[in-house]
Order: sequence, then C-alpha cells, then structure tokens
Amino acid sequence: VSVRAFSESTQRIEKILIANRGEIACRIMRTAKRLGIQTVAVYSDADRHSLHVKSADEAVRIGPPPARLSYLNASSILDAAIRTGAQAIHPGYGFLSESSDFAQVCEDKGLTFIGPPASAIRDMGDKSASKRIMGAAGVPLVPGYHGKDQDIDLMKMEADKIGYPILIKPTHGGGGKGMRIVQSPDEFVESFLGAQREAAASFGINTILLEKYITQPRHIEVQIFGDKHGNVLHLYERDCSVQRRHQKIIEEAPAPNVSNDFRSHLGQAAVSAAKAVGYHSAGTVEFIVDTVSGQFYFMEMNTRLQVEHPVTEMIVGQDLVEWQIRVANGEHLPISQSQVPLSGHAFEARIYAENVPKGFLPATGVLHHYHHAPVSPTVRVETGVEQGDTVSMHYDPMIAKLVVWGENRAVALVKLKDCLTKFQVAGAPTNISFLLKLANHREFENGNVETHFIEHYKDDLFVDPSNLEVANTVLGAARFGAKLAAACLIEKENSVFRENLPGGNSTIPIWYSSPPFRVHHCARQTVELEWENESDSSGSKLLTFSITYKSDGNYLFETEEDISPPLEVKATCLGDHDFRVEADGVIMDVSLAVYSKDHTKHIHMWHGSHHHHFRQKMGLELSDEDETEHRPSFDRSSHPQGTVAAPMAGLVVKLLIKDGTKVEEGQPILVLEAMKMEHIVKAPSAGYVHGLHLAAGQQVSDGSVLFNIKVSHLLSDTIDISRLTEIEFTSLHAQTVETGVGSHSGVRCSFGKGGGDLILNFGLNSWRNHLNCDERNCNLKYSHPIGIKS
Amino acid sequence: GSSSGSGSWRSVSAVQIIETRRDYSLGVLPDGVDRNSEAFSRNSKAMGVLISDLQSHIQKVLAGGGPVAVKRNKSRNKLLPRERIDRLLDPGASFLELSQLAGHELYEETLPSAGIITGIGPVHGRLCMFVANDPTVKGGTYYPITVKKHLRAQEIAAQCKLPCVYLVDSGGAFLPKQAEVFPDRENFGRIFYNQAIMSAEGIPQIALVLGSCTAGGAYIPAMADESVMVKGNGTIFLAGPPLVKAATGEEVSAEDLGGASMHCKTSGVSDYFAQDELHGLALGRNVIKNLHMAAKKGLKSGLQNMNSKYKEPLFDVKELRSIAPTDHKQQFDIRSVIARIVDGSEFDEFKKLYGTTLVTGFGRIFGQPVGIIGNNGMLFNESALKGAHFIELCTQRNIPLVFLQNITGFMVGSRSEANGIAKSGAKMVMAVSCAKVPKVTIIVGGSFGAGNYAMCGRAYSPDFMFLWPNAKISVMGGAQAAGVLAQIERINKKKQGIEWDKDEEEKFKAKVVEGYEREGNSYYSTARLWDDGIIDPADTRKVIGLSISASMNRDPQETKYGVFRM
Repeated sequence: VSVRAFSESTQRIEKILIANRGEIACRIMRTAKRLGIQTVAVYSDADRHSLHVKSADEAVRIGPPPARLSYLNASSILDAAIRTGAQAIHPGYGFLSESSDFAQVCEDKGLTFIGPPASAIRDMGDKSASKRIMGAAGVPLVPGYHGKDQDIDLMKMEADKIGYPILIKPTHGGGGKGMRIVQSPDEFVESFLGAQREAAASFGINTILLEKYITQPRHIEVQIFGDKHGNVLHLYERDCSVQRRHQKIIEEAPAPNVSNDFRSHLGQAAVSAAKAVGYHSAGTVEFIVDTVSGQFYFMEMNTRLQVEHPVTEMIVGQDLVEWQIRVANGEHLPISQSQVPLSGHAFEARIYAENVPKGFLPATGVLHHYHHAPVSPTVRVETGVEQGDTVSMHYDPMIAKLVVWGENRAVALVKLKDCLTKFQVAGAPTNISFLLKLANHREFENGNVETHFIEHYKDDLFVDPSNLEVANTVLGAARFGAKLAAACLIEKENSVFRENLPGGNSTIPIWYSSPPFRVHHCARQTVELEWENESDSSGSKLLTFSITYKSDGNYLFETEEDISPPLEVKATCLGDHDFRVEADGVIMDVSLAVYSKDHTKHIHMWHGSHHHHFRQKMGLELSDEDETEHRPSFDRSSHPQGTVAAPMAGLVVKLLIKDGTKVEEGQPILVLEAMKMEHIVKAPSAGYVHGLHLAAGQQVSDGSVLFNIKVSHLLSDTIDISRLTEIEFTSLHAQTVETGVGSHSGVRCSFGKGGGDLILNFGLNSWRNHLNCDERNCNLKYSHPIGIKS
Repeated sequence: GSSSGSGSWRSVSAVQIIETRRDYSLGVLPDGVDRNSEAFSRNSKAMGVLISDLQSHIQKVLAGGGPVAVKRNKSRNKLLPRERIDRLLDPGASFLELSQLAGHELYEETLPSAGIITGIGPVHGRLCMFVANDPTVKGGTYYPITVKKHLRAQEIAAQCKLPCVYLVDSGGAFLPKQAEVFPDRENFGRIFYNQAIMSAEGIPQIALVLGSCTAGGAYIPAMADESVMVKGNGTIFLAGPPLVKAATGEEVSAEDLGGASMHCKTSGVSDYFAQDELHGLALGRNVIKNLHMAAKKGLKSGLQNMNSKYKEPLFDVKELRSIAPTDHKQQFDIRSVIARIVDGSEFDEFKKLYGTTLVTGFGRIFGQPVGIIGNNGMLFNESALKGAHFIELCTQRNIPLVFLQNITGFMVGSRSEANGIAKSGAKMVMAVSCAKVPKVTIIVGGSFGAGNYAMCGRAYSPDFMFLWPNAKISVMGGAQAAGVLAQIERINKKKQGIEWDKDEEEKFKAKVVEGYEREGNSYYSTARLWDDGIIDPADTRKVIGLSISASMNRDPQETKYGVFRM
C-alpha cells in the first residue's frame, strides 16, 4: 500500500495549549513550532520563570504551586485555552492526560483533545474493565482477581487462590503508585490497606485488583498509533524492565534478546487491544513477559504519549507528536504497518533529582550548575529545566531524559555511557552515577534485563559501606578527585583574584604573581574539603591536604590521612568551569561547578566518569557572642544520636505513634509522602519517642527534625546531669567503656560484671550518646538516683 | 592550521614589527656569561655549597622552636606565626619575609628568626607590615635582637607608610637580659613610641592578640588603633595571675584577669571578640579591608609609571648563582648581573665610557623604572663623580635607585689623594645620603670601607638591603687589616725593644684575618640585623621588585642636598 494522501479537513489546528510542564511541554512545543503551530503554555506560580513558559508563544497562569490547584485544575486550563484562542489541548503525560472527564469536557467546549477518545481512556483507565475487554478480544491476561467486591476477606481468599507471591494494585492510576508485592498470606492485610490509602490519596478511587506475581518478569510495551479512520498500527516495542520503586529509569527500543516472531506476535496483540477500544492517537500497550515460560500477558494500556516515546521515535524515524497533531486534525496515518522502519537501537536514561543511597527518595534543590551532554542527530536531551532552576517538591523530580541512538545496541550503549559521563548537575543529588553503573553492568550490557534487575544486582550497583575494600577504593577515588578539584579551585580563585585586585588603580600586581613568592621556601596552604559520599549512606568524610606551591606553578599535595605518595598537580583554566589537569603524568579534562549554600561552598567536580561533591566551609560564623558555642570546622553531628530527620521534603500523611510511646527498633512511626510516594519513617533504635509534634497534613522540609528516640522517657533535653550521681551497669562490654577517671563532675558507675567503679567523664551529649551506643551493643541496663528504673 | 589561526598569527607579528620599530632598545645587554668556562663551573659549585648551607640554616629556623614546642602550640589550637600570616594574606599573594636568620648563633641558646617573624605582603590589595611573635621560641619573649628586629620592621613601615599588623603572642621582655632589652633608646619602649608616632601619621596600627600579651607587651594592643582578641588563648594583663597573687593576694584566672571577654566587654582594651584563632585572623583581614588609606594624604599605594606588561630578562635568573666568585679578589662584570635583573635585559647605560669602574644606567624591573648603580672595580675620582651625577638624575625624576655592591673601596695612593678622591667620594656619599627616592641595596660580593658608604650601606638607610650568601662586609679586607695591624704592632714592640719573630707575626696576622673572615661573613651580618636578609641570587630580581613596590607605597619626596665640596 502506498502512502495515503492526507484527507482534507476544513478546520486545522493553528494554536495548541499544552496542559503540562517541564520537558514534555517543551518537547511538544518544539514539534508544534516546526509545524507552524502557535503554542500556549500554562504555569503554576512555582513555574513562572521556567523553560516551558519561556519556550511558548503565550503563557497563562493557572494557579498556585500544588498540582491539584494548577496542572490538575481542568477549568483553569480550559479557561486559559478559551482566553488565548487555542483550538486544541495537548495534555502531555501525567496530570490530566488520562482523565476521560477532561477529554470529554474539551470536546464539549469545542476544543480538540490531542489524544484518544474519552471512551477509550475510560475503558482503559479502569484496570479491571480493561482486562475484561482484553480478555474478550483474546489478548492474554495474567491470572488474578479483578472483581468489584473489595471486601478484605474475600480479597484475601482470592489471593490465596491465585497463590503467592501476589501483586496488589490500585485499579486506577499508574506509575507503580500504590502497588504492593505480598510474599505471604500474613502480610496481606497491611499491604492491602496501604495500597488502598495510597490509591485514594493519588487517584481518589481506592479499588484494588490482585494479580499473580511473576518472579522473573520483563516489562515490554508496544507503541501503537491509531487514526480516526479505524487504522491502527504498532511502532514496535520498548523494553522498560529496569525499574526502581516500580518506576522506569532506563528504557530501550527495540527490546533486546527478542525474536522477530515474538516481536510480531506482541505487536499484533497490541494492535488488537487498541482496536478493541476504538483507539486513535498514541497509546502504549504494556505486557509482562515471564522470562521463565516466555509467555506474555497484557498488563494495561496507557492512553497517552509515554515518557519514553523518544526511543521509539529514534528507531522508526518519526515524530509521534506530529502524528498526534495530524491524527487530531483528522488525517490518516502517514504510513502503513509494512512501511514502519526499524532502524538501529535507542536508549533513554531518565535523570532524576533523587537520593539513590536513601532508597531513591525524591530530592529537591536549585540546579546551580546544569550542563547536559552535547546534542547531535543521534543524541537527544529532553529537558524542561535550565541552570538556576529549582527542582521543587511540588512536581516530578525528573531533570531530563537522555536519548541516544546507535546502529545497534552495543553502539548505542557506548554512546549512552559517554553521554552520562558528560551530564553535569550540581545542586541536587541525582541518579547519574547510578545510571552509569547500571549501563556498565555486564548483564545489562548483555541485554539480560528484567524487572528485578536492580534488586538482583544490588551488591554490584550499591556500595556496601561495610565492604572495606570497595569503600577504600571509592574513598581513594574521592581523595584523588579532591586533589584535582582543589588544584583547579586554587588556580581559578587566584587568577580571578589577580584579575580583580582590590583597590582600583593602585594595584600591586607583582605581589600576586604565580606561584606566590616566599623567601627560601615555598608557600603552603592547607585545604579542607568535606567529601559528600553519594555512593552509599555512610555519610561525609573530611579530607585535609597540605598544598605546596611549587616554583614551576605545580601544586604538591601531601596528606597525613593516607599512605599514597605526594601528588603533583598542574591545573590550567580553560574556561569558567573547565580545566586541563596534569597529575602523575596523566593529562585529563576536569570540570568544576561551585556554588554557595548555607555558609558552605559546594564544589562539584567531574573527570572521566567520576563525579564528586565536596563541601568547604566558607568564612566563619562571625558571632560576637562569648556564650555561643563555636562549632569547629566540620562538626556535622548537628543532631545528637537518636534524632530522626526527614529524609526528604514532604507531607506528613499519617502518624502511627503518639509522642512518648515506647517503640522497638524499626517500628514505623509516621508516613511521609512526596511526589505521591509514601515513605515510612521508622525508629532507628528501641526507646521512647520524644518531640513528635507533627500532625497529618503538615509539610516538613528535607532534614528537619521529626522526633528523637531516647533510652528513657525521662531523659529530656532539660535534665540536669549534675544531679545524676550513680548509674549502674549490669552488663557492659569492656571495649565499649571509655575511661574518664579523674573527673570532678562525672557520673559514678558500678558494674555488675567485672566489678569496680568508674567515673564517666562526658558532657551531657556525649554521655547520652554513649548510653545509646552501649545500649544497642550490649543490653545496658541502668538506674539513676531519681529512682526510676528502665 | 586553520585560516583563522594563521590570520591571528599574522596580526600578532604585525604588532610586533611596529613595536620593534618604535621601541627598539639600544641597550639590550649581552649574555656576558661563558657557561663552558672553568670560572662558571667553579663559581656555581662554590655558590651551590653556600646555598645548600643557607638552606639548612633556613630549614632550622622554619621549624621554629622545635617539635615539642610546635606540638604544644598546635594543641592549644594555635597556628605557627608564618601560618598565621599566610591566612591573613590575600589568596595566592607573595610575602617578603625579612631577616629570617636574625639571631643566628648570637646567643648560647638558639633563637630561630630571633623569635619574631616580620615581612611585607598584601591584604585586600593593601601592602602591610606583619610583625608576628613566635610563641614556640622562648615563649615569644623579647631578646635584644628580637627588639631590634621588631623596631626594624616598624622603621620600614614608617618609611614606606605600611599599615602594621602585630600578631601578638609573647611573654614580654626576656628578663635575664633586661638590661639590654629595657632601658635604652632603641629598646623595648621604642616599640610603643613608634606605634604612637605612626598612628599620628595615619599609618594604621592593628594588633591581633592570639596568645599571651603580658606586661610591657600589653601595650601593643593597647596602643593599637584597633585590636582583635581571641577567646581562651588571648590574654592581656600588666601582671599575670601569679604576680597578682604575690602582689595583692587576689586569686584570679588568666581568662577572668585579662581574657578576650573581659577586655572586649568591660575594659575596652580590645575591640573585636574572636571565637577562635581562625575567626581572629578573619576579623584581622576585615579590619584591614575597612582601612581607608586613600583618605590620608601622603600615603600612596602601588607602583608609579607602572607598565603592567613587562618582559622577563632574556637570560636565566638562576645563572646569577654562577656569576659571583667567592674569592673577592676576582672581578666580574656587574652587567651580567644586571642582564638577569632588568626587564628584557634592557639597560640604557649612562656615561658608559666615563668612570668605567662604576656602571650606571636606566632599566625597568617588573615595569617599574629604576636607576641601577653597580660596581665594576674600585671607585676612582671619575666613577664617584659619575655616581653622584646619576643619583641626581634619579632624584630629579623620582626614579628608585638600586645599588649592586661589589666594592673593595676607593682608590688609594698619592695620585688619587692629590686628585681629591676624598672630595669626589664625599660628593657621592652626599648624593646617596640625601637622595629621597626609594633605595634598595644588594651586596653581591664585597663591601669594604668607604665603598660601603658610597654604595648605600646600612648607615645610609636604604629602604631595603639584602645580601647574597657570598657577601663580605668589613672596613677593609682581612689581609690588608692584618698587614696594617702587624705594622703598628711591630712598631709598638720595637718601641718596647722587643724583636718580633716571623712565626709570631704570622700567627698574629692569621688571627686578625680569621677574625675579619668571621665578622665579615654574611651570617654574622644578618644575625645582627645589619641587613634585611640573605637571599638566593636567583631571587634577586623578585626581591628587588617587591622591595621597590613596597617603598613606592609613599608619595614622592623632594630631595635636598647639602653643600657639595667642589
């Protein structure tokens, strides 16, 4: 069949309102502009200065930052479209993209909804309904329960019937929100209730379905496309198996290690699925592939343009947004199934502001430095942010999508890794180095992907702080990086200082020649950098170097901390951020980004595939007050032991415990939610909860103190240590005893084992710390003279 | 190469051609050094020995009062004096330290750097004189040479109008030597006198109290315009707790008696309260930032006629280590030294053909015009007249003078006397004495007799004076002195009817020569602060540049001469 001529239509879209934000809004506008279509952006107050607003011909404010008041506010958006005279609305993904009501209202108001018919959204939006339709159309389904009856006992019975492990899933929504895997019958009830709560919070509907949980699944989805004339074709499949927190991070097309036969079966199944609901526009039919049996099952259909659509575009050489617009205009699909090309291989890596060692928790921050990999015909960077923008807690923390194409998978993978090393973000923690580790994993290289990939290979992908050999290698790399960074920093700062000498005309440049002159010796400087260990959760480490300014302009690094020989570094500034560095005979490029936050200078450095984040104290806390306790350089133990700080900025959803309650180690205390993701805050140790003064619905900021766990409910911050005269230790390991004999104001302790008296000579904080530490290690029991035994 | 690359190459060369046509210098000095000569290798070797000797002495003084004292200092959360200065200086800034070897072998006990570090460097772009006690050396107490070094730093500061920053950490006068420290005009009290006088002239006096500051020392912060005090370590009191107890019976802790809190809150002896030493040093930088020197007339900052672009010498400055022979009887062409000091080795000689034993001429050092006077042999009538003439030229034009001393003295003998060598010498001494332009003297060889005077020796108040390690300073050479003294001794003995046998005479002479050798040695000089330090010949250009820069920190002054005997 030859290319069909596009049908003539009297009314064509000339102006599109994009009811979305971030990279997808920018991406839609780019195609619209190419087609000569005007664009209208909508923005919340948080996005007033963001890239998608700048990229649009017009932009309309739709409300305050929270999504439900802005990007989910259908009437505001429709109003904006009417005010600006837009004929069509593109919903992007997320937000209102899969709201059948919204699609319906658009049509009612005479606006073209660039997406599938409202009926198809409705049919596919209800997972139970969609499975019924698919079953009827002969698309294979995973065994499960999709009934309306949500009685918990009945559900449990159904679960037992299907067999464990079992998957609990809200019938509405997507993105893995509210999903739970239940390994055994006794976990069922708690998981079920949690899923219901999350579903209600996220989607407003809390119906749940059950499914057989496939232990070694792959997630393969098929891009389908339909026009309003009943034509549906597929654009091959994407493998999105590699996921964390049930969300995709690396996608590729076509799926690796898949036969052509399988591919065409899958494609046909997807087309049948779409046809069953009278679909048009872009859609994705998701399948779960059991790698053990080779069987595939229908999971769900996403009735929108997917985040990962660019990988399909790269292998078929088509612009799916253009197709969406043309289909919305009533045109026929431009090609037939047999004309769909399949060329090469494409990867997409999603770059998120997130805290990988803390379990991929969403992160926020200002992007003080943002340089992405250079784009080319084979490298796309889909981004909605610019340097200086803020990744806020209001929306998805995705910073960019990196899309690369190569003639085959291996070629594309090399390019992916290279581009990831060139992706520089400073200001918020990102998953870039984790993505690099993933891309470098031998099983990923071999295409042996599956949904539990990260869980399976966690030992390879995460640094275990207790593995000393690995930890030392990482630390060694950080030390080396710190030296390079320090050399670049000094070179840059001194040259900037030389060029901007204070005092105007009365300058004295010869006093600032490089290297600085000293009589009969070399100038030296001590540099302290605190390495922010982003690869594991073991925290930061202070690195101290003595730097000698050699007469040839090189910097000689010496340190007492490690046994490595002194390192001589030569740094040459190439630009504001770029340096050429020679160290130990190796010449390399180094990039540096420096910004200040909270009296601290943050230094990010990139060289090769390494990225390190260092902090340097800036100036001093210039307090005139004698009484204020002055903190030494890097005393980061700002919270005493037992303090639990918010792991992320978010909303308190539920408090599970009352203040003052006795808890066990690991006991859940409260539930936080950010980006619609629930996070349970647990007790770090056994003890009493203190200072828990939060209420459900309250917003907490990242790092703010949530509560304390104390060994006794009587030990508050205000207790007067001088009144304590005796503590009885009934059991104590000898090696944990720190002697402080000779104290005049210490605490007398007696030991049940070993006997003897000991004076503990600690300040209030360290004393308490000590107790905590001892208690954890050796079941310390103690009493004190107030008469309370614990 | 690309077309744009070759284009830029062409434009650069065009500029070069124009520059060369306009500013072609007639005075580019020749190399003047035969690297393959036996003298070159002999001189390098001899100087190499001197420099490694010097380095070993320097390494010792850089270690301060030894590992135990340094460790104790660190345990008190205190930095060493040079580290303190490093933290005050602008990032990447140079520091011209003075008289590192003062006190060298002067007392029975070692006194590294005389227990006090002095020198010049910029803070917030403003040159300052730093005076920092070394608490690791005898508790930072003042020996006679310590006082002398402190006063010398103040003298330079007063002359060059440099704000003074005192980093105080001293137990006060060294009591066993109080007679040499306390009573005289140039003794301890002069420190505070100088502070008062400089303050009156508008030269800022700033004290950072980083350690103890007892008795007389208490007046350093008290006399300062502004002072910073560090909690815990800094104490100021006229008498410490033990003395107070002995005198009045009062029992009081050092902190309560004279700690930062008390002095900042109650007594008002100090102005800024610092939480710790780093905080104190940061406050110190802040105080200097807020000085408004431009408001004061007569205080200037920066080089004049400064050309920000300058050329390095054509020849390697390191070769200065191979030019001067250690045997002072051997002459060398001072131009080979000048060729390694001045910008582009360009030196426009004045009166090149007249009085040829004195080389005079104009050049630039780091863009700053200088007049250079160097010795190429003993001074004759003509050379002295030429010298006086050249000095007059420089003072007229406010061009700083650089003296490169390698002088055995003025020519003696009847013909010379009859020609009025004394008169000619006096003219040059008059010119040197009265010249009010910045003067820097470097002794690159011998410095004997009246030659020392005419070539701006210490008595002629050069702004800065440095020695090469091979320098020799004495009224005359040891052999000559031995000859003269032996002659007198023989006459005396003859009067008493004693015959002096040859062996005895040789012994006598040898003793005189040995004494002159010892006392004429550069270490003997620098230990006693007859100069501002021994420098590596390779650093000569740099040190002269920094010295002149520091001494150009004041307004030009008018030169008035006395009566020239015609």
